[in-house]
Amino acid sequence: MIRSALRFRTFTRVLLLVASVLCCVALPARGAAYQQPPPPQDEFVAVGDAPAPEQLPAAPLLIAAYVVVLAGLFAYVISLSRRLGGVQRDVERLEGDLKRRAQR
Amino acid sequence: MPKWFFPAAILCGVMFLISPLLIANAPNESTMGLVYKIYFYHMPSAWMFLLAPLICGVSSALFLARGRPEDDRRAWAAAELTVLFGALTLVTGPLWARRAWGTWWVWDARLTASLVGWMIGWAYLILRRYGGPGSDKLAAAVALFGAVNVPFIFLSVNYWRTIHPPTTVVPRLPVSMGAPLWFCVTAFAILFVLLMTMRLRLEDARTRLDALYVALDD
Repeated sequence: MIRSALRFRTFTRVLLLVASVLCCVALPARGAAYQQPPPPQDEFVAVGDAPAPEQLPAAPLLIAAYVVVLAGLFAYVISLSRRLGGVQRDVERLEGDLKRRAQR
Repeated sequence: MPKWFFPAAILCGVMFLISPLLIANAPNESTMGLVYKIYFYHMPSAWMFLLAPLICGVSSALFLARGRPEDDRRAWAAAELTVLFGALTLVTGPLWARRAWGTWWVWDARLTASLVGWMIGWAYLILRRYGGPGSDKLAAAVALFGAVNVPFIFLSVNYWRTIHPPTTVVPRLPVSMGAPLWFCVTAFAILFVLLMTMRLRLEDARTRLDALYVALDD
């Protein structure tokens, strides 16, 4: 009886916690949903060397994007090479073991 | 590795070295300014992110139909590339959006479907890693959902209200913007083929390793 009451209390607490987290996430999103987004851009128009007026500096975001792409690709190539090298070493070792066993 | 692999790898490396010069020489966009240049790596990543689940889905369908292990290996390799290029797309997109739209993320159809597609790629890999026996067929079924999601991601910007630029942007690009973009797309496409070849090679080596372990046990 006491155990089931404790379980119910724990369950209620978890439920309240989940509900409060959902409220925290959903309420700002609901507010944001009412904001009118700017219309989509149908085409990109080239402009001379003069940059458009900028409130937020674009260069750090641009550099961050290129660094992320190049670093991500590089890391994947390294990971793939290491995995491939490891498996090929194991294959060579086992082939050697099999050969030695056949000679015996 | 096949004979063409190393020349293609050198070509790809040179193209990635040249691409920043071409991108730097491209004009700024009239409303977005400098930050739109993220586009030159974002869009090729996104296209590879759409290509990979298609390969994964078609290979999985073939595997379910024919049961040939090479189809399964191709699907697994493509799923890993889905996660890789999906991550690059989903990181570069918000970096661009923060300056262009004033927000990191909006829950519109294109972005949400892309996130779902990326999570389907993760689901496939997690299933293959931890699913145990029979997970190959289960993961193949998951991959079908990933492939079906691709046309939805691509066309969603044309049918739903969104601030994401529609697909009509690319054919209407002026040459000064289009030339560096297509150069980058080519570089990413070559890289995709190279990574796919390496990943398939890894799967082949693993299959060989499994066969050797069985032979040693006998």
